Amino acid sequence: MAVIVHEDFQFIVQGITGREALNFTRECLQYGSKIIGGVTPGKGGREVYGVPVYDTVREITETQRVDGTIITVPLAFAPDAAYEAIDAGIKEVIIITEGIPRKDASAIVEYAELNGARLIGPNCLGVIVPDVCRFGSLGGPAVDCRKAFKPGVVGVMSRSGGMTTEICNALTLSGLGVSTAISIGGDPVIGSTYVDLIPLFEADEDTKAVVVYSEPGGTAEADLARWTQENDSRLPIVAFVAGQFMDEMPGMSFGHAGTVVNKKVDSPADKMRRMREAGISVAEEIGDIPDLVRQAIGN
Amino acid sequence: MRFYEFEAKQLLKKHRIPLVQSELAKTADEAAKIASDIGGPVILKPQAIAPGVATASAKEVADPAGAKAVAAELLGLDDGGRKPNGILVEARPTGEAVYSLSFTYDGTTKRPVVAASDMAGKIDDLGDTHPDRIVRRHFSALYPFSDYIAKELAKSLGLGGNDLKRMTRIVSGLARLFLDYDFADLDITSLVKLGDGNFVVLDVQADLEIEARHRQRPMLNELGFSKDDLRQVREPTEFELAGARIDEEDIRGIISPIAEFDGNIGLVIGAGGGSLTLTDAVRKHGGRPANYAAIGGNPSVDKARRLTKLVLSKPGVEKIAVMSNVVSNTRADLVARGVIKGIIELGFEPADKILIFRVPGAWEADAAKILQKYGIEYCDRTVSISEAARRAVAKAG
Repeated sequence: MAVIVHEDFQFIVQGITGREALNFTRECLQYGSKIIGGVTPGKGGREVYGVPVYDTVREITETQRVDGTIITVPLAFAPDAAYEAIDAGIKEVIIITEGIPRKDASAIVEYAELNGARLIGPNCLGVIVPDVCRFGSLGGPAVDCRKAFKPGVVGVMSRSGGMTTEICNALTLSGLGVSTAISIGGDPVIGSTYVDLIPLFEADEDTKAVVVYSEPGGTAEADLARWTQENDSRLPIVAFVAGQFMDEMPGMSFGHAGTVVNKKVDSPADKMRRMREAGISVAEEIGDIPDLVRQAIGN
Repeated sequence: MRFYEFEAKQLLKKHRIPLVQSELAKTADEAAKIASDIGGPVILKPQAIAPGVATASAKEVADPAGAKAVAAELLGLDDGGRKPNGILVEARPTGEAVYSLSFTYDGTTKRPVVAASDMAGKIDDLGDTHPDRIVRRHFSALYPFSDYIAKELAKSLGLGGNDLKRMTRIVSGLARLFLDYDFADLDITSLVKLGDGNFVVLDVQADLEIEARHRQRPMLNELGFSKDDLRQVREPTEFELAGARIDEEDIRGIISPIAEFDGNIGLVIGAGGGSLTLTDAVRKHGGRPANYAAIGGNPSVDKARRLTKLVLSKPGVEKIAVMSNVVSNTRADLVARGVIKGIIELGFEPADKILIFRVPGAWEADAAKILQKYGIEYCDRTVSISEAARRAVAKAG
């Protein structure tokens, strides 16, 4: 079992000839992921590390099963790339591209929902099921990626791509390991929030607990607290909220676009309070996470 | 990016949203003149960006003489290191009824949403005190806005007859403006129904989506925004400007954001969520960060060198901590080389200046060798961020 991806998961990369895409395409292939094609308009017919490049998504979907796509095209082309993938019938869409205005993100999410596709991101690094499939750019070079992500029992959802690897590394070192890790993205409007994804972990028999990394800004943590109160989940949740220092600096933006304290619900203190009231175990320090998970699952 | 209220009102006016009589004064004399033109009591609103300054300092005055005296005082306010950009002088009609409207993106449903109340104020605050007095309607960023959505909102506010039609026009107009201009938030904190049945907007607060500033350049030009005006809550310091220059002058890697604090521990830290977590960790263990300087995206040796020199040159900074989350693409050895080079160029011993070095990830073995040579404490991935921060603070004393 795994979340979103599986052993036979086949995906494509839109924007495959870009600098960052070249890197993670190579890394994913070395990790064992099945990338069956790439798309860059005007570069059809080339190859990237043995992966054929096409001008359009449909050229690939007409002849092969495509389970997912990673979109890493320049900002101005990102919505178009997403619509192209969704119209071609792809159901798992990851957008890595940063800096997409929330209006565009909102439109893409709505279009994905109308067509039964799931969007992860924008401004994320994707999904990994350790030793099964890496769908995105989490973890860097395959050799480093294998060090940080070992199979195990903890599902991870994180608003920060870098911190996804940090937390998974700590869980791996502690012996707990990772079932599936999802970098959900740091923008104010993202395709899949904690609440959208947690039912997948709930249904995944490998997952025994969920770790959530969060930041200032937005309603995702309040929603997770409400979900926890309303659902009798079998999964203990351990959460960490970064950027507590930002509570003293209203209006200042650090890190991701969504990371700003303007409204009460944006504040780390408010998020921590709501989650604690809902029975979520909130770590005071990032280093406490593995022990809190152990306590929660009685291991 | 926060707009001054007079700018937001220029846009509303252009799109025929009915507004209260209002004019911008640049001097106290102008304020008196406008107050006299309007006649009767007026409200003076200093045009400011820092959170709370504009709303907390708005003042009502009875006559032009009062306007002159109070405007002079308001023009001297501190707006995060700036002075207010003029004073908005406005009529203050009393009405039969007052409403508020708020447009934003709902991260839960991922759709734009409009909220309305039959009370004045910020919907965010009213939500705490009077949740039963708020009605909401989501709309779409994919499809064009349709007026019936505004009509349904007006209906659920309890409006009928001409009130319903007038409110529908205002909400529709604002919704289109909100979408077309890429606002992140648009708050009408006071919308008054006058004795003659007309509605006028009194108070507006508007924030542009920062990521849309390039494509909204024509609108920003029209309003007179300079190219690099990001409307930060306070003016950048010399230190912050110097950091931004280092970032601009070398495209290899990213230093952003960079901010100045008043502590003694210099930070050269990993970007994104890692830098938030590291800053908290240093504070949690009793350390006082001197700055925030997130460096990532595989910076060059030179970029790390220049940033190190900048941070160590800040008055009061004795030592630096070089830390990041487990990195995917940043080469730890390049960061190590750059940091050491910067310290040597300043005439110091690297081991005297680096509290701790924790950059686990690509090329970490090479980084460890370099650091060992200089006698610097190196932490690999088995040392948590919390523990690395604890050690750094303990050594800083």
